[in-house]
Amino acid sequence: MTRILIPSGALGLGYDADALARGVAAKPDLIAIDGGSTDSGPSYLGRGVSKYSRAGTKAEWKGLIVARAEAGCPLVIGTAGTCGADSTVEWLYEITVEALAELGLSAKIAVVKSEQPKERVGSALTVGGVTPLPHAPEISADLIESTTHIVALAGAEQIAEALRTGADIVIAGRTTDTAIIAALPLMRGDHAGAAWHAAKIGECGALCATNPQSGVIQIDIDAEGFTVTPLADGAHCTPHTVSAHMLYENSDPFILYEPGGHLDVTAAKYTALDDTSVRVTGSVWVPSDRYTVKLEGARVAGYQTLLLATVRDRRYVENIRAWVDDIARRHAQRVANRMGLGPEEYSCELRIVGVEATLGALETRCEAPAEAGVMGIITAPTQERANEIGKLLNPFLLHHPLTREEEQPTFAFPFSPAEIDRGAIYEFCLNHVMELDNPMDAFSLEVRDA
Amino acid sequence: MPELGSIVEKVRSKNAGPFWLTVDIFCGSPEAYARIVNGLSTDRVARLFKVEEATLKRFDIADLNVVKFSLPRPAIQGTAHDRDMHGAGWAPLLAELEIN
Repeated sequence: MTRILIPSGALGLGYDADALARGVAAKPDLIAIDGGSTDSGPSYLGRGVSKYSRAGTKAEWKGLIVARAEAGCPLVIGTAGTCGADSTVEWLYEITVEALAELGLSAKIAVVKSEQPKERVGSALTVGGVTPLPHAPEISADLIESTTHIVALAGAEQIAEALRTGADIVIAGRTTDTAIIAALPLMRGDHAGAAWHAAKIGECGALCATNPQSGVIQIDIDAEGFTVTPLADGAHCTPHTVSAHMLYENSDPFILYEPGGHLDVTAAKYTALDDTSVRVTGSVWVPSDRYTVKLEGARVAGYQTLLLATVRDRRYVENIRAWVDDIARRHAQRVANRMGLGPEEYSCELRIVGVEATLGALETRCEAPAEAGVMGIITAPTQERANEIGKLLNPFLLHHPLTREEEQPTFAFPFSPAEIDRGAIYEFCLNHVMELDNPMDAFSLEVRDA
Repeated sequence: MPELGSIVEKVRSKNAGPFWLTVDIFCGSPEAYARIVNGLSTDRVARLFKVEEATLKRFDIADLNVVKFSLPRPAIQGTAHDRDMHGAGWAPLLAELEIN
């Protein structure tokens, strides 16, 4: 049996300290926490930076370093620093060294890196070693060359390699959400289907329980199945909350692809052991012939300038669509006249906050709000150009009249300057897998004493 | 006609990775589940989301009283024209759909 303690769905979200202490007292074999995902968008991978604050990350990580020392088991983080690039692995390593020094502790740290040199991915592409997943964008050697960061998602094999060094703390770059939880039970010969299924259920912390904000979860994996127990006061797992978690952020609720195979939970049985814990059996791991790892890549997709104006005048709010359409037309003409740019050379979107900003053309409700915001989003090949186009939009949002026969209106700008330069924007450009002969071929492992 | 959201317990939408979107309807009871399975056609959801019906994957999961739809994201997450980084805004659209 292997007992894994999961403090929360991600480092940076906070965890319940009392529940964590309960988990430590129950003598876990490993403490696992996820450090990120693609869910906050491509900018973090594009720039190789963390989404969460350094101060918040350090405070939470320090608490886990102490918990690890008390429990005397390894502490593993996957996808360190949101995107799991080499730069964010080093960022968390530096935080770890600082935290250890402040605590007067020392530790053996295994560092797993997942970032891929463009040449490796380019060569693999040339020999047919890179395969698209469903709905993947077209890729080419030039596209690979244009990326700012590419990472491969490590699986259980690479985490197992790190654990075999006897490390106290494993800091891993991009991994699958599940690998950090599944690796140890798999190494110890527990049921493979149970190990992966437990990992998927546990990877978001207490999201599989009745009180999702409570964070801390304990999972026991054995030869036949696994048992999941939330540790916060008042949190419960039920067969429904646990089985429903397979739906979460998963396009297929029964199948989960991992490096080296897939998990199939079609035949899984969920049983309540008591008010709090749920037992799961019947999950199946299906090994694959090829060992593949998923790739994520990001590249610059232009530069953006934003403007935001708010409109409170009732007549303008009631006619906001017509007003915005008229501005879009006139602004495009002005950009053409003043800058000589056609519509294919930049994009300017005017989204109406309060009316259709979230859903655009899909919006089905049509009642007029008290006020509306007009968010101008300009994307162009350079920041300078985006800013210039934004400056040409500014007078329209400030003063454009609905009809010619009225006094010049003025609308609310919340900021000066009205143009907000966002810098580079990024896009995800890979949804592919890369075949490896050996799981460690695309990953590096290093042990450091701190 | 009542809105779907008033019949079921919860509607949730979320990214399933940067290239896919998934929408879960938690019906809450076998009765509500039957009503949604029979009253909500895949074609109607496709029209609501303005996508080809063939691109929608549908899962009717009786054990959970859940109906789930997955679809390729019309705008890849985080691209210039994406309006909703986490994909959560699609749920209210479905929740406000009228059901017989």
